[in-house]
Amino acid sequence: MSYLFESFKGWKKYCEENGANLYDSVIEYEIVQKGKSEKDIWEGLQKAYTVMKDAVETGLREDMTSRSGMINNGAKKVYNHPVSVLSPEFQRLISRALAAKEVNSCMGRVVAAPTAGASGILPGTLYTLQEIHHLSDRKILEGLLVGAGIALIIEEKASLAGAVGGCQAETGSAAAMAAGAMVYCLDGTIEQVFNAVAITIQCMLGLICDPVAGLVEIPCVVRNASAAAIANSSAQIALADVSAVIPVDECIEAMGEIGSSMESKYKETAMGGLAMTLTGQTIAKRVLIRDIEILPDETLPE
Amino acid sequence: MGGKSSVFDMIGPIMIGPSSSHTAGVVRIARSAIRVLGGRPDHAEITFYNSFARTYEGHSSDRAIIGGLLDFKTDDPRIKQALDLAKEFGLTYNFKSIGNASVYHPNTIKLSLTKGEQKVEIIGESLGGGLINIAELDGFSANFSAQSHTLIIKAKDESGAIAFISSVIAQEKTNIATMSVSRKGKHDVACHVIEMDSGLNPITITYLKSLPWIKELIYIPEIDL
Repeated sequence: MSYLFESFKGWKKYCEENGANLYDSVIEYEIVQKGKSEKDIWEGLQKAYTVMKDAVETGLREDMTSRSGMINNGAKKVYNHPVSVLSPEFQRLISRALAAKEVNSCMGRVVAAPTAGASGILPGTLYTLQEIHHLSDRKILEGLLVGAGIALIIEEKASLAGAVGGCQAETGSAAAMAAGAMVYCLDGTIEQVFNAVAITIQCMLGLICDPVAGLVEIPCVVRNASAAAIANSSAQIALADVSAVIPVDECIEAMGEIGSSMESKYKETAMGGLAMTLTGQTIAKRVLIRDIEILPDETLPE
Repeated sequence: MGGKSSVFDMIGPIMIGPSSSHTAGVVRIARSAIRVLGGRPDHAEITFYNSFARTYEGHSSDRAIIGGLLDFKTDDPRIKQALDLAKEFGLTYNFKSIGNASVYHPNTIKLSLTKGEQKVEIIGESLGGGLINIAELDGFSANFSAQSHTLIIKAKDESGAIAFISSVIAQEKTNIATMSVSRKGKHDVACHVIEMDSGLNPITITYLKSLPWIKELIYIPEIDL
């Protein structure tokens, strides 16, 4: 038997009734539902975390210029800038989230967590958390499992795809996974972990997916940095037991409701928002293939 | 497949960016196609349709498709240099863009591959999240995901053929997950595409291949595409 990740309420109840902690129940799910061995799961997580850390380091070391030219070594500039707006730790957090996401935009290797478009958020937050609090890899991997459980429920109740739910579904979900994982790693209670998820979702609700020229670059890269910052602010709030008031399951339902009523031009189609600005359209004209044969409209039998 | 997602769909897949449908899915379409062909092609005619037609270069789907044809996996960093590496592997190619092909899925690629005397034509769809559907194979409707053991049989269109093939598979206690049969015309050639939960023994494959009414058999064991 395993818990099927249908709601946060159900997940908490399952853990309490079975004396399981959050990450145990995710391992149990993967073993029972997917036929994996516990050893394979830990190895898979270690591999994923290694790729995440590599992406952060690659983005801060190697040339990160995208084919369109819109992404041009931003992470390094932030990392090396002499003025720290808040603290050196905050500066590193932002530059790391940017770095891993720039690697994705520039055809490097990343972990889609939960998607490629949001692949800078968990690396940026967890790398920085581990550094500040001297956490073991094992603890971070447990946090990743908690994040996976969070994503399984969001997928069930709303969506993780920009084409279905807008940017809130991608960077919003990744930030929620990160906030929950961070609170877990800092020994938060189940209540606090879920509260961090609820607060993060509240901060990310309504975000549309409006990529310039349809590329996973602008505004995706900077949104990975802002999502990482929001995950940290939510974790800070949740650890202090400040309630989200609206329960986490209802926050996720609100995200699903907003996603389903969002116009399709705001769902990865590059037909609205930043993609339709004057500059956005000029860039699109330059980037898109123009040598294209257009078939005549068919007369559909109606 | 189907049903609930895995932990490694949430924390994963590990892939080359920028997008699961424009890189990972495209690599998988190409890797499925070369398994149908039986190896790396010498030449590829590649057509990008609809949404892919305009965006394939910006999203680097051109590098992804060539990388896949060179049998690079979805997380292989060499994908970024695939266009340069094609020469080393002796692969020549042409790209073409066609828009407004309303009969096709928004993200569709047609691959016409040649390897010596062998030729194969595949129409693949990138469904999002790296999932794919091989919609057509040499003009036959195919519809397989390349996520499980797949058997493709081109055989004379005769009565009893479907029952015969499925009974041979049943002898191995292999469960059929999906099966589709399409044909060019009555008593012409029919194409059977069968996805199975477990693999087949080599001897079963050899037996099926030896039957005179079976013209061509392709077996693609479950692989990590």
